[in-house]
Amino acid sequence: MTTLSTDVVVRRPPKGAALDPFFKILCFTAATTLLAALTGIVVTLAVGGWPAFHKFGLNFFTNTNWNPVTEEFGAAGPIVGTLVTAIMALIFALPLAFGVAVFLVEFCPPILRRPIGIAVELLAGIPSIVYGMWGLFVFAPFFAQYIELPLMAAAPPGSIWETLTTGVPNGDNILTASIILAIMILPYMAAVLRELFLTVPVQLRESGYGMGSTTLEVITSITLPYVRRSAVGAVMLGLGRALGETMAVTFIIGNSHDLPKSLFGAGSTIASTIANEFNEATGEMHTASLIALGLVLFMITFAVLALARALLGADKHS
Amino acid sequence: MLKRLIATACATLTLGAAAATHAADLNGAGATFPAPVYAKWAEAYRAQSGIGLNYQAIGSGGGIKQIKAKTVDFGASDKPLKPEDLEAAGLMQFPTVVGGVVPVMNVPGLQAGQLKLTGSLLAQIYLGDIKKWNDPQIAAYNKGVNLPNLPITVVHRSDGSGTSFLFTSYLAMKSGVWQSKVGASDAVQWPTGLGGKGNDGVAAFVKQTLGSIGYVEYAYAKQNHMAYALMQNKDGKFVTPDANNFAAAAGHGDWSKAPGFYLLLLDQPGAASWPITGATFILVYKEQANPAAGASVLKFFDWAYKSGDPAAVALDYVALPLNVKTMVRKAWVSNVKGADGKPVYVSK
Repeated sequence: MTTLSTDVVVRRPPKGAALDPFFKILCFTAATTLLAALTGIVVTLAVGGWPAFHKFGLNFFTNTNWNPVTEEFGAAGPIVGTLVTAIMALIFALPLAFGVAVFLVEFCPPILRRPIGIAVELLAGIPSIVYGMWGLFVFAPFFAQYIELPLMAAAPPGSIWETLTTGVPNGDNILTASIILAIMILPYMAAVLRELFLTVPVQLRESGYGMGSTTLEVITSITLPYVRRSAVGAVMLGLGRALGETMAVTFIIGNSHDLPKSLFGAGSTIASTIANEFNEATGEMHTASLIALGLVLFMITFAVLALARALLGADKHS
Repeated sequence: MLKRLIATACATLTLGAAAATHAADLNGAGATFPAPVYAKWAEAYRAQSGIGLNYQAIGSGGGIKQIKAKTVDFGASDKPLKPEDLEAAGLMQFPTVVGGVVPVMNVPGLQAGQLKLTGSLLAQIYLGDIKKWNDPQIAAYNKGVNLPNLPITVVHRSDGSGTSFLFTSYLAMKSGVWQSKVGASDAVQWPTGLGGKGNDGVAAFVKQTLGSIGYVEYAYAKQNHMAYALMQNKDGKFVTPDANNFAAAAGHGDWSKAPGFYLLLLDQPGAASWPITGATFILVYKEQANPAAGASVLKFFDWAYKSGDPAAVALDYVALPLNVKTMVRKAWVSNVKGADGKPVYVSK
């Protein structure tokens, strides 16, 4: 009798259950390692950049002199350059990304959907340095000859147009850097926008069409209002990537630490400055200033991504 | 699945450990300029001695940081350390090969070697004081050359580099205004112009921009067939940038009066000397905690001095003059010692 009852109570554990605690620990370790790495990076940047913040204070953000010889470092040029190129890239990329996403969701014949989708993903997979080389050796000369020179020649003297187009006509300037950036962030934004458009319930869209709406009307009155906040989040993701892009920009922005004066003028970004100078920075203040720049970029990107998160998440909960 | 993962991880770890215990290899890090010739030497030396060299071309600044952090057996820098800095860090430095910096330009109608420049003209161009190619000051040195009425676009390196260090040091020697307004360093606040990343970045900007002038390492100017300028040297002669003239400058450098081999080969006397010439340097500790590793490094460079010249010349570097090599070998004996005070390596 007794032997029988124990047989009933003790159930054999499922096969492999002994591994579960280890698996849990493994996953937990992976997650905490990530957090620790992030904290470590912030602390390292803050400690490494402290001498620069301490010495220059707010001047670090407003001064445009970046002089490694006298060890006077003001980062206004790179900071403004970063913001200007990223925002211009966004302005160029947004309509294109929107067009790609709408086409894929609303108009695309099923046979083309996969090839175009794959092309967009491939675009995202091209390494940054390749964009840089292509920009420097192919795009910049083309841009200089067919866009920059005609625009400069056609500028009426004394107009804003002329101010915006002053520079050396060789295709290496803030505008070309922004265009290359736009090409680089386009696939990310298009992919996220497409996913968002697909979240719009079919019933909503179909009822729109059932009421006799045109595709344009369905997009503007149903799809866009439905995904509005998340779409802003998608845009922010693109912005976040544009802010930190390094090699492609370094090759074609012209690398001048002054404040950007025109679209065709040389400029620099935080990432390009670090890429250019960190290797050979021997002075302590030079290294500290570059690390401080890194922290500033981290903060800007963090703010943008946090905003994107907040906006992307908002729709799911509502 | 998990078992296989663990097995793979273990195999990788063992492999890694096996590679690490093969400790006879040399570790070095630093300047990018001599990296190709160090790689060539390393290949030949490995075939002969079985000892490999792991050289990381992370830049001169990085090389100095790494040797100070003692993570490498030797550091490499295009910018020599001053004797007092060497003393403070307990380091010794010696030159390996010599190279030259060459002004290149893109001006319609101007072929390689047609334009003559002086140090002072170059400084005024890079200061933005001379703005056009047909400026009377340039024309004064270039009678009979058709100089166009074209604005000058200055191109410089955007990344910190030994090439910029040599170039700005030369300009500072030749122009008081440059010395006080800009100074000399591997990165400076350029008064004007565009910054290209690396020699290839500068070369691309120069090729793309009509009326531009830039500066690149000699090998780069030669291999890309760029239009170079002749420079006036200390003797007043206008010389061509080529290996013979770099060697002439290296030969006139008075190394014996340069403590710690701190010598910039800029503006050296001699009819053939190219004015913007410089050596690249190796940094090692004077007191070697591990004498065997120290000896191994010196042995490698001793071998390179003996048998590495053809490889260097083939890559458009200039070998050191024989008397300088002898001086360096003597300096090894008197400077690089083990904890017991004995020289770690004596060249045979």
